[in-house]
Amino acid sequence: MREQDIICEQNKVYSKSRILTDATMHYCPGCSHGVVHKLIAETIEEMGLQQRTIGVSPVGCAVFAYNYLDIDMAEAAHGRAPAVATAIKRLAPDKVVFTYQGDGDLSAIGTGEAIHACNRGESIVMFYINNAIYGMTGGQMAPTTLCGMKTATSPDGRDPKLHGYPYKIAEMLALLDGVCYVTRQTVASVTHIRRAKRAIRCAFENALAGRGVSFVEIVATCNSGWKMSPVAANKWLVENMLPFYPLGDIKNVKEE
Amino acid sequence: MTKIKGAVVIQTEQCKGCGLCVEACVSNVLTMSVNVNSRGYTYCLALNPELCIGCASCAVVCPDSCITVYRQKEESRRDEE
Amino acid sequence: MKSDVRLLKGNEAVAEAAVRSGCDGYFGYPITPQSEILETLMALRPWETSGMQVVQAESEVAAINMVYGGAAIRRRVMTSSSSPGISLMCEGVSYIAAASLPCLIVNVQRGGPGLGTIQPSQGDYFQAVKGGGHGDYHCVVLAPCSVQEMYDFVFDAFEVAFRYRVPVIMLADGMVGQMMEKVKLTPPRQRRTQDEIIAECDTWALTGRGAHRQRNIVTSLQLQASEQEAFNLQLQAKYRQIESRETRWEEYRTEDAEWLLVAFGCSARICRESVDKARREGLRVGLLRPITLWPFPSGRIGELATKVKAMMTVELNAGQMVEDVRLAVNGRVPVWFYGRMGGVIFAPDEVLDNLKKQIESK
Repeated sequence: MREQDIICEQNKVYSKSRILTDATMHYCPGCSHGVVHKLIAETIEEMGLQQRTIGVSPVGCAVFAYNYLDIDMAEAAHGRAPAVATAIKRLAPDKVVFTYQGDGDLSAIGTGEAIHACNRGESIVMFYINNAIYGMTGGQMAPTTLCGMKTATSPDGRDPKLHGYPYKIAEMLALLDGVCYVTRQTVASVTHIRRAKRAIRCAFENALAGRGVSFVEIVATCNSGWKMSPVAANKWLVENMLPFYPLGDIKNVKEE
Repeated sequence: MTKIKGAVVIQTEQCKGCGLCVEACVSNVLTMSVNVNSRGYTYCLALNPELCIGCASCAVVCPDSCITVYRQKEESRRDEE
Repeated sequence: MKSDVRLLKGNEAVAEAAVRSGCDGYFGYPITPQSEILETLMALRPWETSGMQVVQAESEVAAINMVYGGAAIRRRVMTSSSSPGISLMCEGVSYIAAASLPCLIVNVQRGGPGLGTIQPSQGDYFQAVKGGGHGDYHCVVLAPCSVQEMYDFVFDAFEVAFRYRVPVIMLADGMVGQMMEKVKLTPPRQRRTQDEIIAECDTWALTGRGAHRQRNIVTSLQLQASEQEAFNLQLQAKYRQIESRETRWEEYRTEDAEWLLVAFGCSARICRESVDKARREGLRVGLLRPITLWPFPSGRIGELATKVKAMMTVELNAGQMVEDVRLAVNGRVPVWFYGRMGGVIFAPDEVLDNLKKQIESK
């Protein structure tokens, strides 16, 4: 059988989501953001939510998510996406509202907004991209940077005496009554990506059902910030990040 | 016997040469180019297209959504003929 | 139509006006001396009547960003706070201005700097008029001097905010916020429906990317310098338009005035008394009260500078608006200043005595 005989519409098993625009992403080669954007786009497409979804992306590499996702979106100030999303959801309750935040954004400058949106039980989805570093500003230490990990502001490796400890905000948020679903996933391999997509779908379903906050953490790579090749970064993530940030559902009210 | 055949179409101009697809391919179909595209990146190529089983792993891991995957059962094609 | 007259605190009047003006959402955080706005709204339970949402935020920072979110989907949204809280909001106000979003921010000023005092002040003139947040932007600033104006200006503020897609600040103070006066309330207006919102602003608001249009993006980010400058120029053109159309002020006994007092908000009420007292003593004093602090009535003040012998700006601060009065006067006549700070209020006599002293030493 020749290749050109296989390539036809009816045999298509995987193609770019219609919810992704034609713009070339500004992310570095191999960046996890591209994969997560894709999963969100596919989920919105499969669930038929293009018109109902409004995204909020605050400061960080993914502030430009609005260039790539073909839905209505707002940029937000650093850390403030959950507050912005709160108002959108309260004033337009028929909309599916999500935030897309990095670790610096959600677990440093925007901790307060994250916790209180969760505590109020806003029926929104919060995506938390944890790559243990500040990517956009050039690789500085994040709250989630592992002990010993070298960054631009911890050049000798993160020393908890000097910088404090990395922390797991997903587990903290799971304690709040307004939160219905907390899961930690990654996109480091095909299997991981397929699982992450199921989690994203579950989160959107919760938002539609008005169950409260769904919090989806994605343990991600920043290969430029980590100064590794994309393939090596994924391997490093599995070997170093996952032991500290274990994968799986931390809370799922629907199943309890 | 049913044999599954696959094919990939790669938007080489969109590719940034991260190599995640090459790593993800279980059938050794893909490799990185020696040349660069107009944006200066090496890009992925189907070196052994006949080995493709259409599993879509390469496309699933691609952060830039450059790969479209097709799959056909050889038997079903014979039926059509 | 029979009007509804009630005795209300200034802060309560703001809450009543919010509901009756068809406001969609209020987001605020308690701080003295304006907490009655949030308290009154929570007691009025507008979500059961007009559908207006009221949220007690976790901070002023969250509150202003909720306003940003509500404005991004083109709802009539507002917040209120007092001086230290407004400082926290300034980043958000800059984003709102840069994203060309309409909203209302009420500042019931108290004495500063720092935690300061909870008594009335006008110390946030610079913050409201000159920026507060970063970058080249302006808010339209309305300065009410009575409880009725606390009510009326909520309506006016939303009108202007949506006409130009700009944030509007109502710069009140602890005195007009806390005092009680008769207020004429107007019949409630309906909130805009989703269809009306789509018809009116589908070109920019986040109403949902349908098949009929491209996606809408609300952002303040332009990484290309030339694009950012082009946006800045657009913004400045809009500000020039606002200056030419929206400047408001009120004059009292200025027709034959030799001496002009310039004061805004509660200070202007006090100065009105000083004017009457001066007139009884045969001194021809008038008062100009800027109602919009930005845009500032520089043109009218410039005209009056050709008619009066001197002006005195009277403020509850160390001298802030006086700078704009001097720019408007441009050296044609002396511009004196009298002010009190820290929550201390001047009496009409005190203002007049100081004017007389300045006149004598001229």
